Amino acid sequence: MRHIRPYITGGIALLFAAVIFILPFLFIAIQAMKSKSEASRLNFSLPQEWLFWQNLIAVFKARDYQLLLAYFNSTLITVASVSVLVILSAMVGYIMQRRRTSWNAIAQIALFMGLMMPPAVVPTIGLLQDLGLFKTIHGMVLIQVAYNLSFSTLLYRSFISTIPRDLDEAALIDGAKPWQIFFRVILPLLKPVTVTNIVVQSIAIFNDFTNPLYYLPGKENVTVQLTLYNFQSMYTSQYNLLFMNILLVTIPPLIVFIFFNRQIVAGMTAGAVKG
Amino acid sequence: MAQTSPRSQKSPYPLWFFVPAAVIYGVFFLAPTVTSFWYSLTRWDLSTAEFIGLENFRQFFSEPFLVQGLVNTLIYAVTTSGLKTVCGLLLAVLLTGNIFARGFLRTVVFFPVLVSTIGIGITFTVMMHPTRGIINVALDTLGIDGPGWLTNPSLALFSVALVDLWKGVGLATLIFIAGLAAISTDYYEAARIDGATRFQQFWRITLPLVRPATVTVVTLSLIGGLRSFDLIWAMTRGGPGFSSDVVASVIYKQYQAGFYGLSTAGNVILFALIVAIILPLTLWFNRREVSQ
Repeated sequence: MRHIRPYITGGIALLFAAVIFILPFLFIAIQAMKSKSEASRLNFSLPQEWLFWQNLIAVFKARDYQLLLAYFNSTLITVASVSVLVILSAMVGYIMQRRRTSWNAIAQIALFMGLMMPPAVVPTIGLLQDLGLFKTIHGMVLIQVAYNLSFSTLLYRSFISTIPRDLDEAALIDGAKPWQIFFRVILPLLKPVTVTNIVVQSIAIFNDFTNPLYYLPGKENVTVQLTLYNFQSMYTSQYNLLFMNILLVTIPPLIVFIFFNRQIVAGMTAGAVKG
Repeated sequence: MAQTSPRSQKSPYPLWFFVPAAVIYGVFFLAPTVTSFWYSLTRWDLSTAEFIGLENFRQFFSEPFLVQGLVNTLIYAVTTSGLKTVCGLLLAVLLTGNIFARGFLRTVVFFPVLVSTIGIGITFTVMMHPTRGIINVALDTLGIDGPGWLTNPSLALFSVALVDLWKGVGLATLIFIAGLAAISTDYYEAARIDGATRFQQFWRITLPLVRPATVTVVTLSLIGGLRSFDLIWAMTRGGPGFSSDVVASVIYKQYQAGFYGLSTAGNVILFALIVAIILPLTLWFNRREVSQ
């Protein structure tokens, strides 16, 4: 009896997990492959004819290939923001961990505020307009960097505490300049947490809806999450295409998750428990 | 440069490493936050701001639909945070125990955390359709008359909170799993020898020792709940009526309507709300940690 129990509880848990957590994803996939009239019935039956390719092509063609543009914009914003974030937050985390100055207390408060506080949206829009950055991709990148710095810094700071100071000192004795110590010695050693940072922040920025909604309006600036929002009002009668779009948006995080499961889990728990 | 002392010039940890990050953070996050306190006291159209004192705040606290947004924010934050903490802990206990397909189950519970909130919101809106949605169709076959999840004004906010739980419980579970892994098995062995039941073990050992993780989950999910916008916006747009409006959706609506001063006042109220809840909570959690 004793050795059967794990299978029984596991079996029951699997059943619940299947219904609660997997079913919605199956629903998305099935709806995405139905015809327009079938999808509008919103039920869970299998499609009578499988229209995967037709729907895929239709959703990309919609509104002058808006989805392609959105993928391009989202990718550009994500790659640019994450690159800047990684370098800047590693530098801050390094100094915060290594050096004891009164600036640390200020950095600490700024870090805490950045994690907790909602940004003041309308004053930010006013500022972006004054700087000529409103409705621009690079303005959006700077916003993403500013808003996500705290979390990245937190990850770096706790990881840097595991790297012995002896290394810095050895490099210093060898005559390395401070920036050389950081970029040549320390930064390469931070690779595990850099990977974590890249993965976790990429997903967060790619999935971000609120900030592009406020700071990046306009048809030519559309991001992937905004296409969903636009299609939601446009496709009230074309649920098959709406769900095809949702399916397409769900796939990138799934792929990243399959390859970087361990780094994601490490990042989410390390940042959270030590925060 | 005059301030740089010879000591800090020699330090291998130069302070200028802070500068690029500080500039971006200062300009794009801190400066708007500081100026928001001024703009919240004005009638503002982005070019000219006319000082009107506390008029925006008076309006915020006198319009019933704005007050409801404030109350809803509190209800939503407490509900989602409480549910995520309880369900997250129970799931973590289940998924650290000796069960079949443990790794797969952890993956399945965690995956929704990574998926687009808007995508999830739209999917559940369709599944919660009052007559054709699969949830009510399924309840119907069981002989239960399903409610209008998102169309009933007294239920809409809680329906969204349930979807928030579905999407966010994986993160809570993950944090609790990390917390549970840090508890030494010696305690459980000793308790078993003393004849403690499983419930007693959970209540007397697991619960007190997993406290740091509990603190993290409660704090994180409360902050998330108070700031919540995208899921609510994707599912109900604050409706029906204003029944599921929260402060964050009020801020967006007032911005769209061109009431920039009022919108910014909403933002200031949201800061104040978060500080008023999270700061005492953090201090209280820390004090209890010290006294233990």
